Amino acid sequence: MNKGLVAVLAALVVGAVAFMLTSEKPSEEKKEATAPVADEGEQITIAVPSFLTGGAAGPFGIPAMNGAKMVVDAINKGKLPAPYNTKGFGGATASLIELDEGGGATKQVAEYRNLVEKRNVDAVVGYISSGNCQALAPIAEELKQFTIFATCGTPRIFEEAPRQYVFRTMSHATADNTAAAMYVKENFPGMKGYTGIQQNYAWGQDSWRDFDLTLKQIMPNSKASDNVQFPKIFAGQYGSEISAMSLDSADLVHSSFWGGDLEAFIFQGAARGLFAKKTGVLTVGGTAAYRLGKKLPNGIVLGARGPYGILVRDRDSVLNQWFINTYKNLYGTYPSGPAYQYGQAILAAKIAYDKAGSDPSSEQLAGALRGITFESFSTKVEMSLGGGHQAVTENGYGITKYDEVNGENIVTDVKFYPASCIMPPDGVGSVEWIKGGMKGAKC
Amino acid sequence: MFNDKTSKFLLVAGLLLILGGAFAPNWIVNQFMFGFSRALAILGLMVLWRTGLVSFGHAFYFGLGAYAVAILDIKLGVTDVFLRLIAGALVAGTAGFLVGFIMRNYRNIFFAMLNTAISMVLFGIVVKTEALGSTDGFAISMSTILGVSPETKYPLFVIITLVGMVAAILVNYYLKTTFGKLTTAIRDNEIRVEYLGFSVAHAIHLKYSISAILAGGAGALMAMSLGQVDPESMINWTVSGELVFITILSGPGNVIAPFIGSLVFEVLRTYAFELAPQAWQLIMGATFLTIIFFIPGGIWSVLEKIGGKKNDK
Repeated sequence: MNKGLVAVLAALVVGAVAFMLTSEKPSEEKKEATAPVADEGEQITIAVPSFLTGGAAGPFGIPAMNGAKMVVDAINKGKLPAPYNTKGFGGATASLIELDEGGGATKQVAEYRNLVEKRNVDAVVGYISSGNCQALAPIAEELKQFTIFATCGTPRIFEEAPRQYVFRTMSHATADNTAAAMYVKENFPGMKGYTGIQQNYAWGQDSWRDFDLTLKQIMPNSKASDNVQFPKIFAGQYGSEISAMSLDSADLVHSSFWGGDLEAFIFQGAARGLFAKKTGVLTVGGTAAYRLGKKLPNGIVLGARGPYGILVRDRDSVLNQWFINTYKNLYGTYPSGPAYQYGQAILAAKIAYDKAGSDPSSEQLAGALRGITFESFSTKVEMSLGGGHQAVTENGYGITKYDEVNGENIVTDVKFYPASCIMPPDGVGSVEWIKGGMKGAKC
Repeated sequence: MFNDKTSKFLLVAGLLLILGGAFAPNWIVNQFMFGFSRALAILGLMVLWRTGLVSFGHAFYFGLGAYAVAILDIKLGVTDVFLRLIAGALVAGTAGFLVGFIMRNYRNIFFAMLNTAISMVLFGIVVKTEALGSTDGFAISMSTILGVSPETKYPLFVIITLVGMVAAILVNYYLKTTFGKLTTAIRDNEIRVEYLGFSVAHAIHLKYSISAILAGGAGALMAMSLGQVDPESMINWTVSGELVFITILSGPGNVIAPFIGSLVFEVLRTYAFELAPQAWQLIMGATFLTIIFFIPGGIWSVLEKIGGKKNDK
């Protein structure tokens, strides 16, 4: 090394140290930079993570982000229907920070730390992947950051440990799968055997466990296949799995696939006649209904992880009609489940802010949301599990049918099950509850 | 060992950064922790690169280090930062030594792809095994230091910086020994090296093992600073690609380069992510292309140019 180089390096190090010493917490400057200038009054920043890149973006991440943007915008302008027609989040105007959820849980942990410690956001509302939520829940607690999970489904988040700052405003995977099992029992009482294909991570594993355990309880004569498929998430190619399932004697295929994986599976399965031979049960199939059109086979048992999307299109409450019409005007399609779920989470944030008073701390926001019941766009949400941090809602299923006249998919035989029927009571883990014969279920 | 300029500089710079870190906000400390953790792996890849070998599979060792920490934590409750670090480096180092028997016989694309293959085998196993956390991975509890659990991340930052500093000085020393100097010699002409009386296979095996130990240590430190491991971010081929990317970004000129390169990468990614949530990969890709087209010697060559006369080769 010559002298000049040493000098350059020394300057670099001195620069880095000077940067360390002089940089302040960038909160104020950041808020000024991102918030609209014209509005007076308080400003808050809400970070909204969702899949913006990769296979899950098109069917899931983008509609979710659209739903969030639309609701934030309406709240800022005070345009939501009553009783949410007050302006802003506790009077404050929110600016929304978009964030990509892709890249794995570890990357998300790093980005979450950046969000809180560098960009100093006031609230984090979002996340689709159970893997991400599971990784982030302890980090959110460590950083004491008010966080609402919008969509992710694994029950483990609130069953593994009590949470102070983390909430989830929709039901978890158990509801999807107990409801699916009950729907199967009512509509396909002759079903003899069932198999499944799940992504091999928390979401897929939990979904299958709950579906399988519930059927063992309520349809003890049906037999689970011992050849259930667990491909990797975002694999995209399911040829060998579909062949294996086609040879299986089971007459029903359950899948908790979502997003791009789900669409790939439907295309590949339909091409090989899988859904002609066996009844498909798709717990997150709702997003495919609007996107796939005629390519979605008829006769599939379709869920939307709750009363969202295509299942509630004809509910005529003012809030629901506002949601559907505004979304359709803005984005040109009907809102699917993720749009509803993100909208619902943003709405929960507004309710928390309205209740917590001006310039609230994370503790105050958490206190305001804990254990409440509120009317959301399509359903009633009760924050009743996990010490008031985990929501329960009703959950429903229908059967797909292509409507030749209007050129779109519809669902028939829609049935909803109340929350008390398909979710365990507070303090009881999902697995024990189902294994114990679902005690206390009110259907 | 400490009497050349690089080592002296590393000592002073490391201590200054440790001092500065005490006053820096958390997010900056985080960037340095992530950057310096990863820099260890880059240091190992740099040694291989100087030998003319590029591995597209060092996430194998990076991941082994990270998962060693996670499994020790979950199965045995080991939280001590030094035990974790040693375990990570040891597991990866042992694996590297064993795999080295195969790798030392291959060069060029075969070396690169064979490494990828081995890393993807591990990736496949982890993803398919629920006991290993499959795609979700594990959360890792906060590290303790000799029985004390620190309030902030600062002590971990100090340890990472010190480990990085010591590793860089050792590698720098190694590169000056006869065996170390064989790096460029092997790249230029293997047959001549053999005729000089050295075993090329042995030399490569040693370098490969060193790079595995460093990558394992890097994985362990990364796991501790993040508090989470998952196969997508620790073992997948994209991680190997990332490591190669930073190696090229840094340039092979000096053992200091990996630290600057990793830090630049970390900051670049943070801001790309912040400014363009839908197109951050595009920014990273464009940077990569720019570097290959215009500054193939990496950041280090730019610094050398600014600093005056180019290093004599």
